[in-house]
Order: sequence, then structure tokens, then C-alpha cells
Amino acid sequence: MAGTKNIQSLSVEASTKHLAEVRDFVAAHAEQIGLDQKDVSEIRLAVDEAYTNIIKHAYNNNASMKVNIEIGSDGDQLWISLMDEGDSFDPSTYHEPDLMQRIKEKKRGGMGVYLIRKLMDQVQYNRKGKTNEIRMVKNL
Amino acid sequence: MKNFSIATRQKQNVSILDIKGELDAHTASHLENALKSLIDEERYSIVVNCSGLDYIASAGLGVFMAYIEDVRSLGGDIKLTNMNDRVYNVFDLLGFPTLYDILEEEEEALQSFKN
Repeated sequence: MAGTKNIQSLSVEASTKHLAEVRDFVAAHAEQIGLDQKDVSEIRLAVDEAYTNIIKHAYNNNASMKVNIEIGSDGDQLWISLMDEGDSFDPSTYHEPDLMQRIKEKKRGGMGVYLIRKLMDQVQYNRKGKTNEIRMVKNL
Repeated sequence: MKNFSIATRQKQNVSILDIKGELDAHTASHLENALKSLIDEERYSIVVNCSGLDYIASAGLGVFMAYIEDVRSLGGDIKLTNMNDRVYNVFDLLGFPTLYDILEEEEEALQSFKN
């Protein structure tokens, strides 16, 4: 990508035990380029939700599978991509959660995608061959 | 769990859970077990003091969603107190303040259980 610089990547097994490591990895990059604490917190949460969704839904908690994470920034944007080779996610099936309904039904999931969309400026899903990618962008 | 801890205390007839650290899909089961234990012991007046909570993801909020109906139907409640602004913001984004009692101080929650 023209003008893009400062790209870092991390490859981790799809296990919730790596959640803190993944959050710290993106937070370090965001802090390094001078984002304020609010933006850093939002990026930590967005990547947590995306990675958790991959663990649970793309890989069905199979911790032997890998997730590749890239974070990069230029003067205008910070972007984070998470790539997996599990089951694909169809964003058209996503609906804004009705909290009261979910509480009544004792359902506890389904809030991650909504949070990601609230926290980031752009969210895209791509499937290339076997690879799913969620790409999240924050405008700087 | 390195980055999450939970302790239970009792004040009057209210059970207080002090949660500290980071609550995510990895650590949420600890909170879930603590809530289950209280419910098993028929302690339905519950305060979760979040003063030491640095971070919460939706998996953490999901635990509160899973038990609130049961606890309320048994005449109790789960009240949340002492959140920092960043943690409150996550609850707020998902609409929790209209459905949950979220209070500034633990003492307010203890008082509201008396009423």
C-alpha cells in the first residue's frame, strides 16, 4: 500500500490464553504512534472481540489453529487485520443485539461485532481462497 | 489467573465480589464460577465492586447477562459499582445502564438493597 509504513505482525494459536498478549501487541503499536488512551483502549477492545470471535466461531475452540495479526499505520489511518483459515463469517447475518431479549433468553454472545463497529471507523470482511480477513480501520 | 482475580466478602446480608484485573473470554469463567457459588448458596443480593477492574470485553459482560434474570426472579439483584470510565464506557455502548443498577459507590448499592 502506497505510503504505508510501520507494519508489525504477530502469529498466535487460536486460544483465549493469548488474549492479553494480542491486546498488548496492538496497544504497544498504537501507543508508539502517539494515540491517546481512549483510542488505545478502543483498539484493544476491538482486536480482543475480533480474535475471540475467530477462536470461538471460525475455529470452534481448536487451539492448534493459527491467527495472523497485522497492524500498520500511515499518517491518516491505523489498520488491524486478523486472518484465519476457519469457517467464514457472513456479515449479512449480523444484527444489532437487543440486550433485553438476550438477557431473557440467557444468550450471552453476539455483541462483539457490534462493539467492533462502534469502536472502529471501518470494518471489512474478505475471503481470499481459504483465508478469512477482518480488517478494522481507525482514522487518525 | 495472572491478570484477573476475584474475592468474595459479606456485608450485612449482601455478598460483595471484588474483581480485579482484566475480564475477557479467558478470565470470564472465574467470575461465572463465583456467581454460581453465590446462587448455589442462595445468596441473591450481590454487589460486584469493579474498583480494581482495568478492562472488560463482551465475554465479561456476557456473564452478567447470563445470571441477572435468575437472580432477580429469586428476589435478588446484581448491582455493579466503582467502575472506571473506560470500563463504564463498554457497558454503556451495549446499553447496560438502562437494565442494570450501576452505581458510583459500593455503599449506595448496600443502601439500595435495604430499601
